[in-house]
Amino acid sequence: MAGRTSRQYIRRGQRPGGARRSVHVAQRAAGTVEGAVRRAARPLARYGFPYRKPTTPRHVDVEREPSRLGGAYDTEWARRPVARAVRGMIIEGPMRLAVRTVASPKVSGLDRLTDLLRVDEPTPVIFAPNHHSHIDTGVMIRSIPAVWRRELVVAAAADYFFDAHWKAAMSALALNAIPIDRDATSRATFDRLRDAIADGSSLIIYPEGGRSPDGWGQDFKGGAAYLSTRTGAPIVPVHIDGTGEIFGKGATRLSPGRTTVLFGTPLTAADGENTRRFNERIEAAVTRLGDETLTDWWTASRNAAADRNPKLSGPEHNGWRRQWQLGEKRRLSTAGIRRRRSRRWPDLG
Amino acid sequence: MPRPGFVLDVDRSTPPTLFWRGEGFSLERLPADRSRIIYPPEPLAGLDNLDGHIRDALLNPLDMEPLPELLTPGMKLTICFDDASLSLPKMQRPDNRQRIVEAVLDMAAEAGVDDVHIIAALGLHRRMHEYELRHVLGDRVVDAFLPKGFLYQHDAEDPDNLAVIGHTDEGEVLEINKRAAESDLVVYANVNQVAMDGGWKSLTTGLASYRCLSEHHNPASLQNTRSLMDRHHSALHQSIWRMGKLLRDSGPKIFQVETTINTEAFPSPFEFLAKREWEWTAKDRGLFLASSKSLNKLPNRTKRKIFHNIEAPYRTTSVQAGFTETVHERTLENVYRQHLVEVDGQTDILTMGIPFISPYNPESIMNPILVMCMGLGYLFNMYRGKPLVKEGGVVIMTHPTYEEFHPVHHPSYIDFFDEVLADTTDPAEMSTKWEKKYAEDDWYRHLYRTSYAYHGVHPFYAWYWGAHGQQHAGRVVIVGGHAPAVRRLGFTPASTMNDALEIASDTVGRSPTISHLHVPGVLVADVK
Repeated sequence: MAGRTSRQYIRRGQRPGGARRSVHVAQRAAGTVEGAVRRAARPLARYGFPYRKPTTPRHVDVEREPSRLGGAYDTEWARRPVARAVRGMIIEGPMRLAVRTVASPKVSGLDRLTDLLRVDEPTPVIFAPNHHSHIDTGVMIRSIPAVWRRELVVAAAADYFFDAHWKAAMSALALNAIPIDRDATSRATFDRLRDAIADGSSLIIYPEGGRSPDGWGQDFKGGAAYLSTRTGAPIVPVHIDGTGEIFGKGATRLSPGRTTVLFGTPLTAADGENTRRFNERIEAAVTRLGDETLTDWWTASRNAAADRNPKLSGPEHNGWRRQWQLGEKRRLSTAGIRRRRSRRWPDLG
Repeated sequence: MPRPGFVLDVDRSTPPTLFWRGEGFSLERLPADRSRIIYPPEPLAGLDNLDGHIRDALLNPLDMEPLPELLTPGMKLTICFDDASLSLPKMQRPDNRQRIVEAVLDMAAEAGVDDVHIIAALGLHRRMHEYELRHVLGDRVVDAFLPKGFLYQHDAEDPDNLAVIGHTDEGEVLEINKRAAESDLVVYANVNQVAMDGGWKSLTTGLASYRCLSEHHNPASLQNTRSLMDRHHSALHQSIWRMGKLLRDSGPKIFQVETTINTEAFPSPFEFLAKREWEWTAKDRGLFLASSKSLNKLPNRTKRKIFHNIEAPYRTTSVQAGFTETVHERTLENVYRQHLVEVDGQTDILTMGIPFISPYNPESIMNPILVMCMGLGYLFNMYRGKPLVKEGGVVIMTHPTYEEFHPVHHPSYIDFFDEVLADTTDPAEMSTKWEKKYAEDDWYRHLYRTSYAYHGVHPFYAWYWGAHGQQHAGRVVIVGGHAPAVRRLGFTPASTMNDALEIASDTVGRSPTISHLHVPGVLVADVK
């Protein structure tokens, strides 16, 4: 009897949060499976050739096959009907569940896209969000209206998502990703994206070129603006807030929280506007949306008019002050706030 | 190319015609060879890139300087907008008012204007719920202005926030919202659904006090209003235009932005409502049967919920901004372009189906007084020139006319029905005998100011709205109406359309001619 009463009893409603707990369980299960596979494969190491790939004699030149990975990876198969059907199931099933569980996005600003939607066949558009986390893509795909989601391609870093066959196949299948060279402007990359837009697909491209390294944004590269001027597809600026806190660059564990996705007014290049100026306008639009997320629309509008919107790339100085101000930004933001932990009884000794 | 409206002469091969019956509809067969049905024009094409058109209108206004030139740092800017009585049904988001207000605020932000108030111009209507404000203005504007108290609703009973601008040549007092009166610039964001709306009426009624409104919202004005849809022959509008002239000369600078919408009022699955009956496909017929049969089985509350949830896919046909009078003339041209149907002569009987909604019951109940207001006030007045029915003729409406009232929105309507209508249905008599009591009742005033109630005097105004129709028609019959309620209104109940025509024969003989006003959509009969 004494044993029973000394055990700390936690009521069902006050146990650690369900969603967070299920993520932990899934992570543990994945670790167990990985270990089991490694253990099962260990005996093969003793056998070697012919059970394993032969080694190459040092002085023999073996003609290397051209790499089919990276920017050269052909994703055409991922747009065939079977792959599309599988992707549809992934997006509507596991991705939907995962995004809701991990990021619970609050989507707003879709009314700004009404004019683009009120036509029989909505024109392809280029979504240009800021980028903090791998989960941005999932959040974006789930937040974009269904008419565009059906025909959506994602520009993904060739050196990261397409450096191994399994990764490339998964990215192409699940996200309809198209490899894009981050370092050099490649003609092939541009042609591929242009063809996708010409075929009626919309595009998610991160103008920052990669995830934020420190929680602040990065300067926008001109790829999205260039594509828009060449294809005529309007750019929809988007600001995502909160994903960096959930699974930022370098994070090893997911910390589920809340996010906001704010869509902006579509932009097209004005007559005679060059790519650089247009790119600046896109960056300013995303910056303004960032301000709107933290304050309100009117404040952001006034700040924009006075060129006072807080920069996405953060303060000019480096070091601890930069991090310090990031904390201030996070305090203002409703996104990224962890879900309220369930209350526990106080320890009364 | 949308087809214009037209008049169909009913013959033996004409299919039965659609009639609204409140939160339902029915098909009625009208007598052949002496009936005609007036069909509205098909919806006009909407403007593409509406935001671009709004911006263009603000930058190139009519008879005024471009809006950015009127905006200066340190100025007082007030933006007013039409309340939830427009549009009907509510338009799909984003509403035109949201687009206008956002465009104006964008320019105000660029000009560095800090002192901005946004006021719902609701006159004596009920306050808008927050979800209605969000629907009309969008989340961005509401989130930015409502919590800080810079977005609010006009209060016609707040003596501290009303200012007298002056008196017209006829001695009418113009008293409007003080903030608007003291502003350097007032921008008005309007949605124009019918020719009655807009122009000086927006400000001089939307921001007015009871004292000011009673100058033209009275039986004498409304009985001389021929019609509400024809500004130049409306005593109500003439009084309002006199006030407008005073406002122009002595009031704040006003920048009016008006938009006109087409008649695309019903989304799927109710699209068949706007079609001509002989063009109904098998799907339309199936939808009509399924919806009308199932609606008949549902309780009123559920039916209302279904219908008030409808969001109309209206498209905007024009945007104009600038000096109120010039803007409104352009607006009227565009409204008439959508609504006018030429009709030859009058008939002995006018039939009309009364829908589930009127301007005074958004998200609410269509009580018997509003049935009268909608029938004899709005639909009867859908003419220019002469009424569709001869003087002394019969008006036949179809509506269940249930004795139900919304206790929050329409508290004074309940007492009006039980007390005033039991005594008299004559607008002039009730005006002298009862109006003051209701208008100055403290409890109604309290509910109007702090709850979501229409002003105590509002049922009188709703009744006066039908004063011209009531005076013109020899008899009014309501088909399918709850008999005691119909009799209380001073009308005659009938079970079926045939019964109604039989009853009408006492007044207009055995072979009367009949006009039927086919709603939806909206039309204005240009009677020659």
